[in-house]
Amino acid sequence: MQEELFISGRDIPNIDPYLQIWHWPISVYLFLGGLAAGIIFFSSVITVLGKEKEYVGAVKYATLVPPVALSLGLLALVYDLTHPLYTYQLYTTIRLESPMSWGAWVLLITTPLTFMWVLTYYSEFVKNSSKRIGFLVKIEEFLVPYRKQMAYALIPLSIILGVYTGILLSAFNARPLWNNAILGPLFLTSGLSTGAATIILLAKSSAERHLFTRIDLALIVLELGLIVHMIMGMHAGSQVQLEAMQLLVGGEFTLMFFGFVIILGLLVPASIELMEILGKKVPAAVPAMLILLGGLIFRFVMVEAGQITRYLY
Amino acid sequence: MRYAMVIDTLKCVGCSDCVVACQTENNVPVGYCRDWITEVVDGSYPNVELELKSERCNHCENAPCVRCCPTGASHIIDGGIVLVTPEECIGCGACIESCPYDARFQHPEGYVDKCTFCHHRVEKGQSPACVSVCPTNCMYFGDLDDPNSEVSNLLRNRKFKTLAPEAGTKPHVYYLI
Amino acid sequence: MDKSRRSFIRISALGAGGVAMGTTGLGLYPVSFDDTGVKASSVPLTRTATYCEVCFWKCAAWAYTDDKGDVVKLIGNEIDPHCYGRLCPRGTGGVGMYSDNDRLKKPLIRTEIDGEQTFREATWEEALDLIAKKFTEISQAHGPESIALLKHGSPGKHLEHLFKAMGSDTIAEPAYAQCRGPRETGFAATFGSWVGSPEPTDIRDTRCLVLIGSHIGENMHNTQVQEMSDAIDQGATIITVDPRFSTAASKSKYWLPIKPATDIALLLSWMHVLIYEDLYDKEYIDKYALGFRQLKDHVRTFTPEWAYGITKIKPQDIRRTAREMANAAPAVIVHPGRHVTWYGDDTQRSRSIAILNALLGSWGRRGGFYFKESIKVPKYPHPEYPEHKWGWKELGKAYPLAQMGITTEVIKASIPNGDNPYPVKAWMVAGTNITKSIPNKKLLEEAIESLDFMVVMDTMPMDVTGYADVVLPEATYLERADGIRSATNREPSVAVRLPAAKPRFDSKPGWWVAKQIGERLGLSDYFDYEDYEDVIKWQLEQMGTSLTELERTGVKMYPRKSGSMYLEKDEAYEFSTSSGKIELYSQELKELGFDPMPVYQRHPEPPAGYYRLNYGRAPMHTFSRTANNPNLNDLKDENRLWVNPKVARILDLRNGQEVWLKNQDGVISDFSIKVRVTERIRWDSVYMVHGFGHTNKKLTRAVGKGINDTQMISSVAVDPIMGGTGMRGNFVSILSENPHKTVEI
Repeated sequence: MQEELFISGRDIPNIDPYLQIWHWPISVYLFLGGLAAGIIFFSSVITVLGKEKEYVGAVKYATLVPPVALSLGLLALVYDLTHPLYTYQLYTTIRLESPMSWGAWVLLITTPLTFMWVLTYYSEFVKNSSKRIGFLVKIEEFLVPYRKQMAYALIPLSIILGVYTGILLSAFNARPLWNNAILGPLFLTSGLSTGAATIILLAKSSAERHLFTRIDLALIVLELGLIVHMIMGMHAGSQVQLEAMQLLVGGEFTLMFFGFVIILGLLVPASIELMEILGKKVPAAVPAMLILLGGLIFRFVMVEAGQITRYLY
Repeated sequence: MRYAMVIDTLKCVGCSDCVVACQTENNVPVGYCRDWITEVVDGSYPNVELELKSERCNHCENAPCVRCCPTGASHIIDGGIVLVTPEECIGCGACIESCPYDARFQHPEGYVDKCTFCHHRVEKGQSPACVSVCPTNCMYFGDLDDPNSEVSNLLRNRKFKTLAPEAGTKPHVYYLI
Repeated sequence: MDKSRRSFIRISALGAGGVAMGTTGLGLYPVSFDDTGVKASSVPLTRTATYCEVCFWKCAAWAYTDDKGDVVKLIGNEIDPHCYGRLCPRGTGGVGMYSDNDRLKKPLIRTEIDGEQTFREATWEEALDLIAKKFTEISQAHGPESIALLKHGSPGKHLEHLFKAMGSDTIAEPAYAQCRGPRETGFAATFGSWVGSPEPTDIRDTRCLVLIGSHIGENMHNTQVQEMSDAIDQGATIITVDPRFSTAASKSKYWLPIKPATDIALLLSWMHVLIYEDLYDKEYIDKYALGFRQLKDHVRTFTPEWAYGITKIKPQDIRRTAREMANAAPAVIVHPGRHVTWYGDDTQRSRSIAILNALLGSWGRRGGFYFKESIKVPKYPHPEYPEHKWGWKELGKAYPLAQMGITTEVIKASIPNGDNPYPVKAWMVAGTNITKSIPNKKLLEEAIESLDFMVVMDTMPMDVTGYADVVLPEATYLERADGIRSATNREPSVAVRLPAAKPRFDSKPGWWVAKQIGERLGLSDYFDYEDYEDVIKWQLEQMGTSLTELERTGVKMYPRKSGSMYLEKDEAYEFSTSSGKIELYSQELKELGFDPMPVYQRHPEPPAGYYRLNYGRAPMHTFSRTANNPNLNDLKDENRLWVNPKVARILDLRNGQEVWLKNQDGVISDFSIKVRVTERIRWDSVYMVHGFGHTNKKLTRAVGKGINDTQMISSVAVDPIMGGTGMRGNFVSILSENPHKTVEI
């Protein structure tokens, strides 16, 4: 039999016996970031296509979520830092090789933009003109004509926001579960899907709901395809990747992954949405909530399981 | 100038002197270690093989930890030594996740810490604390770009390996086998 | 006595004591630009010359202290032949001995509070006065000889002087009869010279190193490990004879996985091959040895085939290794080992090793054994020691060739027995944790029970302190001055130990304790100095140097005076035996009624369901001395039970599982131990590192971790020649369920 062990008593907190560096704040941020990216993407595309009047829910109501989501996400990230007083160092340099650096800068630009986007609808929200705050109205008046430009800018920003976390994880060749090229597109698709689900929840017309149900269904199918692709890739990869895959399939995370992410988070909502498209009456909120839940659990599973996989020992 | 460390596994007895010496030299808090000893046992009694070696940060040429650092705290200095500037580190943990050798850790003071090849000693012409204390003299340190250095000679004349070469990191710690 | 007179104080009534040595919180304020290594190196450090006390090798070192006066780093002295600038992990981790807050802090005196025996803190005045009073009482009633000293290391030397001044020569150290005693007698009977410490093995020039159970690499005998590494570099062959795949075995060309307790058979068959294949050093034997014909006759039937049946080592392997040794001769070392008290016939086994070395011609040859020399350090003037009526010699008279005190005999003599002519009434224990070094706990506890008085001087609250009447906190070696080190080596050298830091808490150096007790006993003439550094200064001046020089260099080498390190060609060398020659046939042993040449005798084997308990060292620990040391405890905080995978399968044991042990006499271990399933151990044995399983709660890092193997050693095989206590004849069964209904710590 083979033995591999540390004999100098190495037992570093959070490193041994397996990494526990990233905890729930990271998973929460990944979820919120993807969610925000999805919503921003759809609302910006609709605005660019000039269809904002038809899909008010997406453009006006759903976009209330990104500023909150991104702010909470940022707070979660800073909370997870162990040397938080130096957070400003993120913005003293741009490191093109570090996806985390892109993320920091994208967040820096996108978050205010989402706040500004919401502000462009300030007057529409606060109907009572006497209750409006003066300088906010001034900012709104300044920004409204630039809405389309903001939308143009937000499309690539939202895509980067949605995909960079996946690229960040996949760039860690030291963590076999993450080290595959599918993770970026997968996170983006998942983010778009959760964004679409939120829009379904906040849709203001059945046409909007139907459209996004279709979009969401397509995204779910795509996501399922990507997940299958990822698992097959790991199955055919190196020994460490095989062991990583076995954590998800037939290991500690099988129930979470298959139960919550695949079945409850993707298959069940997909079938419900299909039924709705086929004309059956279904509560639209159900698949949307399931997708959101599935997205969150997916992030948790990936962050936890990924840190368990390691290259040596 | 490319600093490298060569460790002779045929002589290492796994005494862990390098671990303690590093701790007393670099003020590493008890409970943490910048280097460690691994033991690998193969075979079945009485046909058994044993390999002992001292591991640490490999100061890779293609360092994933330097690539993924968002603030540039993780950087490479002259000679190829990978260092972390505590004042620039935000403690995001990306570099820890990215290291295939699990060589980094979160220092209790918040920043990320790891082996520094004792660059403060190397600058004065001394060798790292672990190399200078090893009682089996199985550790060597020097400049790979100098064809006459001890490390260059050893790598020329002996069989060697690196850890996880498939990770593509081009490590600078070599093990003679 | 219905209540135990000297109950082992398990729970101390004293407060917690000891402040945390600095806390590191989350850095809320910007830390410096540099990493901790740079920061540490920018603090100006002072260095003081010292030599290490963590083990007996006594490597000279420089102790570095920072501006607060704390010891932060220990680096070996470059010119010291014991370490050549490289300390072993224990030496480097010596800072932990200084910084350990679990240390003994104040003198403690046994008292009774609410019917419960416990310790109370006392002043030094009180403690020393009490010791002087009791020593005087017992001296007057039974004679000073009845006060025994059980010692080890530097503190022992100071107390030895005190005891001899008192008139007591009842002095013993476990390192003799519990460790290396048999080989000293075995080699003395053959070559007329002890092996000594450090062993005069010329490993760096050897071409073949044969280790019989010795585990160099796991034992960190500094220069031996360094030289073995040199030998490996030069392509020397290593042959390891060990039932366990030790680290040395992994670096050996030949590993002979011998069946335990059969080593003498192998050694005899090697002698047979060397003699009958004409591979022995004829010239050397003709010139220097006596008794060759008898030896040749004696080993005629001890063929490799015969040995195979006993040792399970294939005959061709026996022949091949013998030829390998002969090929390398005389640059071959059959290593005498160090801890050789195994089965009770250990002197004879050491004799076999000595005889083998003689046949190979390695004694006094390059690559074999050199003639060691040390320089005598002049004794600081004091009056002659008074005569003593009896001492360790009388106590050990049943063992005619015992050349030092036998600790177990001292212990036995402490148990009141009508016809005991040498009653021991009091003990002082210094620098040794006898609860871990003495097997047969029942005997030890019975003896301690019967004592009138017991003083323990130690740096840490080791388990032995729980039995004492008075506990004295000694300062660590980094905080005190001690005798000049002058050990045997290729060339004589001396090293000084000067205090690098102030004694922490209320601890005091051993020399001061000895002097204080001496003065109270009216022996101030024997301690005619104020500070021990005056003694060192005087001695160094007598030796042609000065304290100033040694403060600067730490070590001084001296030229050899006794002649060459090796036998000169055509030299008529006289060995210190009674015949002047190497005695392959020992007339001395014959006259005392022992086998003049070693004979193999069968030893008990483990019964079904039991496994032989083997124990050994780990390179980062010196047994119990370092188990609580923060730096070294960090490397290894408990021992593991090595179990063969076949055994693990049969007993359904998993790696890391906690098990308890029960030995052949029904002794059950206090604590549990984690299993390590490994191919490195034979299926009939288990192995663990010695020195764990502490019961004293004050040792916060070490208490309750692992099993104390000494506890499981209740069957002792006494060597009839010199009284060594063989400890490897104990067998354990492995219990997966906790056998204690309530776990007592």
